[in-house]
Amino acid sequence: MTEALLLPLLVLWPLAVGLGVYALPERASAALQVLGTLVLAGLIGAVFAAASAAETASPEPLRAALGGWAAPLGIELVADRLAQAMLLLTLLVYAAVLLYAQAYFAPGSETARRFWPLAWMLWAGLNAGYLSADLFNLYVALELVGLAAVGLTALTGQSTALAAALRYLLAALLASNLFLLAVVLLYAATGSLALDSIGSHLAAVGTPTWYAKLALALALVALALKTALAPLHFWLPAAHGNAVTPVSALLSALVLKVSLLILLRLWLQFAPALDLAALGLLLALLGLLASVWGSVLALTQRKIKMLIAYSSVAQVGYLFLPFAWLLPGGLGAALALEATVLHLLAHALAKAAMFLAAGVLVLSAGRDDLSSLRGAVAREPLAFAALTLAGVSLIGLPPSLGFAAKWQMMQAALLADQWPWLLWLLGGTLLTAAYVFRVLRLAFLPTSEAFEARAPLPQRLSLCALALALLAALGGFGAAALSDWLAADTLLWPGSGA
Amino acid sequence: MNDWLLPLTLASSLLAGLVIFFLPERSVGWRSALNLGAALLKLACVGAMLWGTQQGISYELRLPFLPGHELLLRADPLGLMFVTLSAVLWLLTTVYAIGYLEDSPNRSRFFGFFSLCVTATVGIALSGNLLTFFLFYELLTLATYPLVVHRGTPQVLQAGARYLAYTLGGGVVLLAAIVWLQALVGPVEFQAGGALLALEATAAIESWVLVAIFALFIAGLGVKAALAPMHGWLPHAMVAPAPVSALLHAVAVVKAGAFGIVRMVYEVFGIEFAHSLGVLLPLAVVASITIIFGSLRALTQDDLKRRLAYSTVSQVSYIALGVALFGPAGTIGGLVHLVHQGIMKITLFFCAGNYAQTLGVHRISQMAGIGRRMPWTTAAFSIGALGMIGVPPVAGFVSKWYLGLGAIESGLGWVLPVLLFSSLLNAAYFLPILRLAWFEPPPPRWPHDVLDAHPSHEPHETAQQPQPRPRDAAPLLLLPTLCAAALALLAGLAAGVPLSPLDWVKFITATEYLP
Repeated sequence: MTEALLLPLLVLWPLAVGLGVYALPERASAALQVLGTLVLAGLIGAVFAAASAAETASPEPLRAALGGWAAPLGIELVADRLAQAMLLLTLLVYAAVLLYAQAYFAPGSETARRFWPLAWMLWAGLNAGYLSADLFNLYVALELVGLAAVGLTALTGQSTALAAALRYLLAALLASNLFLLAVVLLYAATGSLALDSIGSHLAAVGTPTWYAKLALALALVALALKTALAPLHFWLPAAHGNAVTPVSALLSALVLKVSLLILLRLWLQFAPALDLAALGLLLALLGLLASVWGSVLALTQRKIKMLIAYSSVAQVGYLFLPFAWLLPGGLGAALALEATVLHLLAHALAKAAMFLAAGVLVLSAGRDDLSSLRGAVAREPLAFAALTLAGVSLIGLPPSLGFAAKWQMMQAALLADQWPWLLWLLGGTLLTAAYVFRVLRLAFLPTSEAFEARAPLPQRLSLCALALALLAALGGFGAAALSDWLAADTLLWPGSGA
Repeated sequence: MNDWLLPLTLASSLLAGLVIFFLPERSVGWRSALNLGAALLKLACVGAMLWGTQQGISYELRLPFLPGHELLLRADPLGLMFVTLSAVLWLLTTVYAIGYLEDSPNRSRFFGFFSLCVTATVGIALSGNLLTFFLFYELLTLATYPLVVHRGTPQVLQAGARYLAYTLGGGVVLLAAIVWLQALVGPVEFQAGGALLALEATAAIESWVLVAIFALFIAGLGVKAALAPMHGWLPHAMVAPAPVSALLHAVAVVKAGAFGIVRMVYEVFGIEFAHSLGVLLPLAVVASITIIFGSLRALTQDDLKRRLAYSTVSQVSYIALGVALFGPAGTIGGLVHLVHQGIMKITLFFCAGNYAQTLGVHRISQMAGIGRRMPWTTAAFSIGALGMIGVPPVAGFVSKWYLGLGAIESGLGWVLPVLLFSSLLNAAYFLPILRLAWFEPPPPRWPHDVLDAHPSHEPHETAQQPQPRPRDAAPLLLLPTLCAAALALLAGLAAGVPLSPLDWVKFITATEYLP
């Protein structure tokens, strides 16, 4: 019964490290973080091993009930393949970001001292969000993630960051309250908090459809707000664009994804019980709006980090496209889920790499508007290479993971006979290319000698960005294996029949 | 060993390119050695595969890629033809580029992307299925952009933006075609005679759908192949350095598009099937319009590279025209022009680069008497130009001969006047250059003579012996130019010899028409 220990540790260990980092002096805390990351890597490895061992015995995923409380009231953690994939993604992004941040912050910096504990607290919250199998715990995880993320946004204490953080805080609190309200409504009706049986409970109790739909709508609005689906994205660009770079990377790569993951899980539970076709169409259309609006605004930004932040608004939109046909038994539903997960992974890797690389350029140039980065591009070729490779994945050119996601999404749309969405995917390629090349063309502008004279930054910064960018840009070669692995997950698509 | 030939052909330039990115700007020796070594290695690989194919060895490599879709590399006769062309011309262009870019900034970046560009071209040639083709097709777009905007001036960046808008747009249309087709019939592997006929699912598809898919393919590929009205990027892209233009026009981008059209018509749809769908006639019409349009536009250009660019618009459409002529002779004409146009056009662009680099001559009106100053370059230029017009025994004649035969064979009589008129136009925009270059007196001063700019002006050099004035371009520029010109002549003179382009094309053609 190792999993009874293993899964809770994935949440508790980062919390413990966060506390330790807060208490210890700088040098010891750096060592503790390396140790902490390695231990977490070991734990995740053990989860993969245990899960694959458990699956050979039965098709059930790895689960652990905390304190002996089983469903329906207990605190249960489940590591299905989706959660495993997210755990691994988070580990990769965190490893790069933490290494990056150690070189990014000046020694003894006050910002860094605030960054470390909050980052670890965020990691705990993220892992809890992936693993939790009951609604109340999901709420707690979301709250943990939200508070840590807001704190990280405000890290520098500068007025722009504080204003952005305040706005983010209001959005996050509103979202949490809405989500809590949804949880309460559901609990009042069914007497159960277990995620994987909401649908059957609702049917068994005979809840009126409007009641269930209301609860779902509240939860969806809350999660869409956290995922920054347009028009609920208002808080994102300022928060992501003005945060310190390691924070921007974490927020865009991971924080946006955990709420989407929960949204996806809820959707899959409700879909068999309710008729969600119209709602799915609405989500997809909002996604379309987001991708166009985000791209257009990315085209007009003068600051590189704001451009990348608006790109997140656009890319989040694509994650909602498959909801148009993500219905039980629907053709192409399973494929659409795979595509969504692939896109989620691709965007996380590429966007984190982009922010980290942009951070190197901004640090090197001392300014953050696009036109003054030319010299920095010449001084930091590796950061620029990372930016390019991440851009390739974002645009969705082969052989990137972004391309694999786009390809799968197209296949899914065609299988579901939803071909008009293809036009969006294809046209979106060009929109994305347009704003990505606003950055890439910088490399070819002539630079003055004065720019080149400055000393280069530590290579580690660029290499961290490059590692993530390479994963995104070459990830397409692993897409077949990844898709097959995800497709075999039994919990992921209950009742979707495909 | 045989298993390694295919990946090695790709890896030779890919790895060289990646290493070159990291070389410091000053290590000219290492960079040149890597460039040339990789080019020679690639040529050796291609030679070995050509030999092996004749011995009946087949080269194939499959790697897992997307779910249900493999990455497939395969050396079939058609691919081998294109890969041979690229390998040979890459070697020449590498030598040329080393000579051309001496002392210019950002050479590591340039040669890095240069190698990636060739890798992409070779990948396109060796792709065995649609997805692999698309992968390299898009890589080519990405790898050529930095070459086009290499100089970084605002004008160049604008041309680069236009280039990207066109080619990425074309890529999206191509992707749409690929996704649509494969959604109907499953993964498509190229196959002599046409893959669709062999697939059972094809029979169930309505013919308008297939026609629409065909149109999307041609539109997507036609952007790179510069079919009118999608040619708009090409004349602007000539702001790139001369070796890039040479590569772009002869083997890489434009030719990749044309090669793609050949692949789609013959090995996806199959020529017989395309004929029965009735899509060949519209293609022939578009190609003919482009041929005439390109030539007409070329007439009025004074900028030499711009005239050559419009000439490419016109000449590459000969390939599409040959493809659209149903019948072996048309196929032979189109395919052999793929090779011949590459050799001749690279000669012409090398010459344009020689003029610009040696004398600062960019415009045709400045070329009076240039033949006396640079006889070798001008001789090479003359061979290329005469070949483009279709004068025997230069290679271009062979192409036009078979195209004419193909027009008659396919029953499209109106193509003959198009060919004749186009040849007249070719003559009208090339012969005045030759007259100017050979028979007019040279000006007293050239715009920017390398001899004037020679360090002999510096005080410490004046004491030395006055160096003998070289009459022509620098050796590293002249040598590839002359080689290319010789190839253009040889391909025409020795067209009947085994393993000549014509011989190889006839072999391919036989596989496309036999049941």
